[in-house]
Amino acid sequence: MADPRIGIIDKRLEKVKRVIAVSSGKGGVGKSLIASTLALTLSQKNRSVGLFDVDFTSPSTHIILGIQNVKPKEEKGLIPADAHGIKYVSIINYSGEEALPLRGADVSNALIELFAITRWETLDFLIMDMPPGISDATLDMIRFVKKIEFLVVSTPSQLAFETVKKLLKLLLELKVPLVGVVENMKMKESNFVKTHVEALDVPFLGEIPFDPKVEEAFGNANALVNTVFAKRLTDIALKVFP
Amino acid sequence: MHEWALAEAIISSASKIATQEGLKEVIEVKIKVGELQQVEIDILEFALSELKKDIFKNAIFTIETVKAELKCRICGHQWVFSKDKLDVDSAEAIHFVPETAHAYIKCPRCGSPDFEILRGRGVWLESIRGVK
Ligand SMILES: Nc1ncnc2c1ncn2[C@@H]1O[C@H](COP(=O)(O)OP(=O)(O)OP(=O)(O)O)[C@@H](O)[C@H]1O
Ligand SMILES: [Mg+2]
Ligand SMILES: [Zn+2]
Repeated sequence: MADPRIGIIDKRLEKVKRVIAVSSGKGGVGKSLIASTLALTLSQKNRSVGLFDVDFTSPSTHIILGIQNVKPKEEKGLIPADAHGIKYVSIINYSGEEALPLRGADVSNALIELFAITRWETLDFLIMDMPPGISDATLDMIRFVKKIEFLVVSTPSQLAFETVKKLLKLLLELKVPLVGVVENMKMKESNFVKTHVEALDVPFLGEIPFDPKVEEAFGNANALVNTVFAKRLTDIALKVFP
Repeated sequence: MHEWALAEAIISSASKIATQEGLKEVIEVKIKVGELQQVEIDILEFALSELKKDIFKNAIFTIETVKAELKCRICGHQWVFSKDKLDVDSAEAIHFVPETAHAYIKCPRCGSPDFEILRGRGVWLESIRGVK
């Protein structure tokens, strides 16, 4: 007759002001790094922030932020863990080191389950690190999370932007709110992405250079916020989320 | 005790359906619970009885458990889930997110983690009966 979990999702998110899905048509463009660092910098600017790693088959925000051995509390559902001042939930708490081979329908089910049982408290922002592409997870999030907004990541590559453009068109068609596009791993000057984004009437939020030092800061939140990468992202974040 | 969260979800979705069907009072709500999720039926029943009010005040919640049947996508073998073979951590993970079964359970015949959960995954609202 009915899946009781779906109807409760809105209620679980009712105290969250904005839900920002960090997404891209393309894999490997820096979604996880941007989602993690964005959560960290917004939280350091005194916003209340949650981070939800919804890339169930390859969760990585816990590695970037060095989050270990923290677990959501069980209390009439799941209460997100606290990590660096961020409310944090990741499937890693339940899948651990094992490979988690999931088909599309399984991903949907797992997403719905976690959204239905996690009790997010009052938050200014819930940042979600999305899996790449226009897959079940992306479509489900659009379907179930009414207040979702997309922050889309591209690289300067024409190939990356080609798939990003498809995601943007889909979001525009579905009338899903778009925060805008960030161009990541910029190595030389070009207006290609900016021009094409603006041609679609989507805000171009800014660019972040390729930062060869960022990887060394993984696992260390203090070092991470001091990288060139984080500084540029913070500039963008403060402009976009004043 | 995430049974509480599930109970809230059941009541919330049952009341939506009751409103759609124009029910003034709900008499019975039938729920199916798959064994894969290892939901504690006692706690779920308790939470439901604590949470029921308004049109659900006199409602009876009947809970039926359903065996979890799994089928290997590689060799076609079909088997019934049993939590006895799991350690505590894996059982807990599957309790919260049944799909994590794919990290902890392998096909007993060929060892593949690529299996289908045919039935008995989670919590399902089966039917609602009431007066208009
Ligand atoms: N601005 C940058 N400078 C240097 N390296 C970067 C930058 N942005 C991302 N990277 C690196 O690129 C790699 C991919 O980043 P990340 O994992 O965040 O991408 P993703 O889009 O989340 O990937 P996936 O699609 O697999 O989830 C990582 O090794 C990351 O450190
Ligand atoms: Mg990622
Ligand atoms: Zn098999």
